[in-house]
Amino acid sequence: MTVKNARAMISRRTALKIGGAAAALPLIGSRAFAQQDTVKAAFVLIGTPDDNGWNYGHDQGRIDMLAALGEDRVETTVVTNVPEGPDSERVFRELAQQGNDIIFGTSFGYGDSMLKVAPMFPDTKFEWCTGYATAPNLSIYNARFHEGRAVLGTIAGMMSETGIGAYIGSFPIPEVFMGANAFHIAARKKNPDFVTKVVYVDSWFDPAKEADAARALIDQGVDVITQHTDGPAALQVAEERGIIGGFGQGADMSAFAPEAHLTSIIDKWGPYYIHAVESVLDGTWEESSSWEGLAAGEVVIGPYNPKIPEDVVAEAERVRLGIIDGSIHPFAGPIVDTNGNVWAEEGDIIDDGEFWADSAWYAEGMEA
Amino acid sequence: MSFDLIIPIIITLVGASTPILIAALGELVAEKSGVLNLGVEGMMLIGAVVAVAVMLTTGNHYLAIICAAGASACSALIFGFLTLSLSANQVATGLALTILGTGFSALFGQPYTGQAVPLLRSPFAPELAQHEVLRIFFGYSPLVYFSLIMVVAVWWFLQRTRWGLILRAVGESDHSAHSIGYSVLGVRYLAVAFGGAMAGIAGSCFPFILTPQWVERLTSGRGWIALALVVFAAWKPFRLLAGAYLFGLIATMELYAKAAGGNFRILPSELWAALPYLATILVLVLISMRRQGSTSAPACLGRPFVPSN
Repeated sequence: MTVKNARAMISRRTALKIGGAAAALPLIGSRAFAQQDTVKAAFVLIGTPDDNGWNYGHDQGRIDMLAALGEDRVETTVVTNVPEGPDSERVFRELAQQGNDIIFGTSFGYGDSMLKVAPMFPDTKFEWCTGYATAPNLSIYNARFHEGRAVLGTIAGMMSETGIGAYIGSFPIPEVFMGANAFHIAARKKNPDFVTKVVYVDSWFDPAKEADAARALIDQGVDVITQHTDGPAALQVAEERGIIGGFGQGADMSAFAPEAHLTSIIDKWGPYYIHAVESVLDGTWEESSSWEGLAAGEVVIGPYNPKIPEDVVAEAERVRLGIIDGSIHPFAGPIVDTNGNVWAEEGDIIDDGEFWADSAWYAEGMEA
Repeated sequence: MSFDLIIPIIITLVGASTPILIAALGELVAEKSGVLNLGVEGMMLIGAVVAVAVMLTTGNHYLAIICAAGASACSALIFGFLTLSLSANQVATGLALTILGTGFSALFGQPYTGQAVPLLRSPFAPELAQHEVLRIFFGYSPLVYFSLIMVVAVWWFLQRTRWGLILRAVGESDHSAHSIGYSVLGVRYLAVAFGGAMAGIAGSCFPFILTPQWVERLTSGRGWIALALVVFAAWKPFRLLAGAYLFGLIATMELYAKAAGGNFRILPSELWAALPYLATILVLVLISMRRQGSTSAPACLGRPFVPSN
């Protein structure tokens, strides 16, 4: 790009910013509840829908939404492989300029860019998945994956022979801390000596590194692996090494590891996408924070592998149904962390919101 | 973490190093002839997707590897045509080749995602390949033995054969080589094609050794490490072998140390992840501190050659 071009772009950008702000001022009150006949919705993905995991889940949600609301009323755009960080700002800005009414950013690391772009386009609704801050035209939505992790932990605690499980994480962020803790706390309820090794691969997507992390863990006694990254690489190593097993993340991954795949946490974003786009159509969209789990069907436990003993399935189902009806909480005390701090006494729970706000700790027995 | 982990760590690190080593060997030969091809990552992706496609269609690993080599060599020849025959800028064209390879592999690979690919396992009998200790020699995929043979072969070719001497002459002084009657462009075409073929084989290591599946961007940046490694190794094949295994060791130790927990998590994980790159920078600084003229970069590296009569 020549210097001349760069200058032209900056001036165009500035002009749009000024123009957008000026145009928005008189409309704020009148446009807020306007009904629309059609909606343009855009989805920004960190990978591609064929990852069989996280991105696949979001794309399935989009397809469910299109089926429910009709392709004549909703037009969708999907932008794939958008890296987290400053570069994503350009993508969100362009999507807003192209006239999208609602833009879903489906990864934690898009937050800074979305918070920056949202005020420039007050008529566009932004939706930040797994985010932590809202704005007048920026909502956040998330799923209580940790509820599903508690079901997996129950299975791991009962089935592990070595008593050592692993949690392959992407980055140390609230969602991952909560998932790892929920897994471990549930496993310890079944096996009080259970140990969970937490390993971060510093990426949402690096299959070769995820596989090597699984090898490193299995070589050190781990026989149940759960991963908080986007693909089946770790499960395939579990299959190859013949350990007790692992779990699918985001989608059913049993095709990759028929023996090792115990069950999976399936993300169902469809109900939320239908709700969000519908509320743009009927003009009721407002700044909100959504966080649903097993009960609302946003987090679903996939089919159980037939090799899991019946009593384990029964116990896993008891936990799953208990979380749905509220009789079981993933973070029920007593919970003590690795430094001896007490987070919940016997009989207490840690509220999900409190945990999210102060999540950077590991329960006793975790190694990270 | 204890001593019985040494063997598993070696096995894992050899696996992690092999694709980088193979790709870097190919790039080393191309660069020795004076061509800088930054498209290694793209060529590896093409190799990986073609390997998976052929494997899932025919069920033959070796045919899949040959096709992967062929497909990546073809993509390298496109690069060769643009940079050698048309004298296009090598840096820009190489980057374009990476973008092309990323896009092509994503498109071509769509039907193959979501399918498990059989691994290419050790050719030796299970008594050797799975033996507690002996697997350190016999427990690897044939691609690993291939990479080690190629280190010796490339060294022997460059240092001990007449053809190797011609290739180096073309890379060091293209006009001199031309004036005594060698085809500079012909040699460079062959070197670039060899680099492509090796990158393709390196790509096939991903589904056949590391993670038996195809998914977009499967190589996640290993091609760039291979490029850095050639500089790190100062264009010497045996140093390349050491460098690739050092990179593999750092990457593997990061994971084993993290999995061990406790005192073995000496360094923060971000620093572990940065170590290979820090090592490259350090080596580059050390190389540049030596006397001028002793750097081993081929003198004509990256320079287009237009034959004059």
